[in-house]
Amino acid sequence: MGTSTSPADMAAKKEQIMSSVKNEIALANAQELMNVCHRMAHHTTCPNESCFSKCVTKPGSSLSGSEQTCLSRCLDRYMEAFNIVSRTYITRISRERVEGQ
Amino acid sequence: MAEQQFDETTQKELSNFLEKEQAQARLHTSIHKFTGLCWDKCITGTPSTKFSRGEEACLTNCVERFLDTSLFMVKQIENQRERSQFIG
Repeated sequence: MGTSTSPADMAAKKEQIMSSVKNEIALANAQELMNVCHRMAHHTTCPNESCFSKCVTKPGSSLSGSEQTCLSRCLDRYMEAFNIVSRTYITRISRERVEGQ
Repeated sequence: MAEQQFDETTQKELSNFLEKEQAQARLHTSIHKFTGLCWDKCITGTPSTKFSRGEEACLTNCVERFLDTSLFMVKQIENQRERSQFIG
């Protein structure tokens, strides 16, 4: 196959691969955060299930106003919890990396 | 065909890039797991407009103690193995 690719083509192809990988990972992260509840057998690790069980205690014929308020606050708190956990974990692993050296 | 398109430097660059992205995805998965775990343990009340002081501290402690637990368990298993080697 005499298909010689020019350096410019190759760089463009490389950029394309990198950005599609980045996009796919970002999408997977978002899906994981919102939807993947079944991965951990004993825990409801998604705001969808966690907030449903907290806020919709007696399911009625529709979501009530107070249930909706609760759900939206719950989602905000879940994201905040994610950030707190993330900060704590990253601080810890970087501290241990320094100590380990 | 695809592998013919990249020279060695580019291949190396791409594999480094993938490794970094995968590491980051694993980190995200761990954080996701801890959030679920610690949410269940720490957030007991009805969600309000902000966390109570106790809840926030609980989340931080939860992550730290979970990691302590992992380390403790590994050490424990190592000890047990050493002991059983002495006996055997």
